[in-house]
Amino acid sequence: MELKTKSTVIIGGNATGEILYFDAPISFWGGVSAETSRVVQAGHPQNGKVTAKKILVIPNLIGSSSSSAIILELIYSGLAPKAMILGNHDAIIPIGTIAAKQMGWGNVPISTLKNPDFKTGDWVTIHSNGEIRHNRS
Amino acid sequence: MVRLSDHEKNVLSGFSGTTGDQMAMELVVESAEILGADSLIPVESSHVDGCLYHGDSGVLYCEKLAENGTQVKIPTTTNVGALNLSKLSQTKLSKEKRDMAYRLMKVHQEMGCVPTWTCAPYQAGARPSLGQQVAWGESNAVAFTNSILGARTNRYGDFLDIACAISARAPYYGLHRSENRTAKLMLDVSNLSNKLLHEDAFFPVLGSMVGKLTGETVSVVHGLPNNATEDQMKALCAGAASTGSVGLVHLSGLTPEAPDTPTALSGQKPQEIITITKEMVIDARNSLSTPKAHEIDCVALGSPHFSNNECRALLALADKKRFKVPVFICTGRHTMADLEHDGADEDLKNLGVTFVVDTCVVVTPILPEQTGIMMTNSAKFAHYAEGNTGYAPVFGSLIDCVKSAQSGQLIWDNSVWS
Repeated sequence: MELKTKSTVIIGGNATGEILYFDAPISFWGGVSAETSRVVQAGHPQNGKVTAKKILVIPNLIGSSSSSAIILELIYSGLAPKAMILGNHDAIIPIGTIAAKQMGWGNVPISTLKNPDFKTGDWVTIHSNGEIRHNRS
Repeated sequence: MVRLSDHEKNVLSGFSGTTGDQMAMELVVESAEILGADSLIPVESSHVDGCLYHGDSGVLYCEKLAENGTQVKIPTTTNVGALNLSKLSQTKLSKEKRDMAYRLMKVHQEMGCVPTWTCAPYQAGARPSLGQQVAWGESNAVAFTNSILGARTNRYGDFLDIACAISARAPYYGLHRSENRTAKLMLDVSNLSNKLLHEDAFFPVLGSMVGKLTGETVSVVHGLPNNATEDQMKALCAGAASTGSVGLVHLSGLTPEAPDTPTALSGQKPQEIITITKEMVIDARNSLSTPKAHEIDCVALGSPHFSNNECRALLALADKKRFKVPVFICTGRHTMADLEHDGADEDLKNLGVTFVVDTCVVVTPILPEQTGIMMTNSAKFAHYAEGNTGYAPVFGSLIDCVKSAQSGQLIWDNSVWS
């Protein structure tokens, strides 16, 4: 069954990939390794999971002000997520993404969506207008 | 759409200024759009957090900004870097990473930043005035300059902080605007004992409670004694900004926008009044510590950077009795200069103190690699110790830290908390 959802675009772009859903709040700085892209926050339900090349659904992002540097580093080293769907409006992560675009290192589409109804392993396509299509088996 | 002045449009289009000026303006304008700001506001100073090495990408980005001599346009101080510039080998990074960390600090100086390398710039001469619009980074410094000095900033992070300093502009939203500075929540501490309200160790714990209870919402703390010291308020702000996204907390009777509680609330009824009990304080204190510690492996002090007064308080409490475990004091050059003036730095070193200048033990690998228990009087160190260093934290008063360092055993004076 294909479902369509409309999200609010922060950084536009197209992406298709597999969801990694964050069951607890996370800060990129201190929570995600810039060297491996793995979740490293002690006790986090997604601890150890690789974020590279996944579409991250983060209902509760903690906006540590150094997180821009972590996302920039992930994009620079080819370990960026394919896209991010955030539950709350945040400027910190997009700032790292804008910096990456200025350097010509790539783009990570980012949008916001309240109560995102996805789960880890879902396969979704995000369009630059914010439309998200996903197949649920 | 963000409305721009002619000057802002000219820089954004590349008509005037360097490519770094253009990139900086673009980052500020795009951020303003994301944040829903309808214009930019001129800012008069900046404190930049982006000089801490997180990876090569940040170094390359800042070097790109600095190309062709791009300069900051307003007085700009630097937060800690990853290196003690007078003792590079103190940081346990590979030579390649240390070189990159050094390049990042150097390029900030080349752009005209004042090399303060401290997370307490407000104790190194950078003190914006009441109502002044600024663009500051580093969470404790943001909370301090908003709350204790009454200047106006949002929480600026990596790259946007230096972009604001280069463009002398910030997105006009959030705490830059008067209407968003009113307290919505009230935390009442007036039921606590007068003794507790005067203890240094109470303030960081209260800060950690403010962070957890209020998050991003502006609050006012009612009932603090009107003779609280600047170092106590510094510790409160740092605790609040590490457990929550606190940018502004009014301290009734102490801070410039809160001569009294009704003023901080703009005459409105608070959405909620939270009465702080002694039990809540004890719980918050306990949550800063790993249970069941008996021996300690080191003491880390100075988050935010230890002041001259704090260093001298430590010296007096130690009473010439040497420490059995390493004691790290993280501080800035401004404080080192004060200590060197009368040889207090040597007295502290003779006790067994290691000074960590220009940087900090929780943001870069400095502590002994064999991890264990780290004792601290800082709520911020306690909050970040485990994730960033692998050390399990124990929180205590400065007296507890001194006595524990002298014996190697954890010594906790519970009478502080009555």
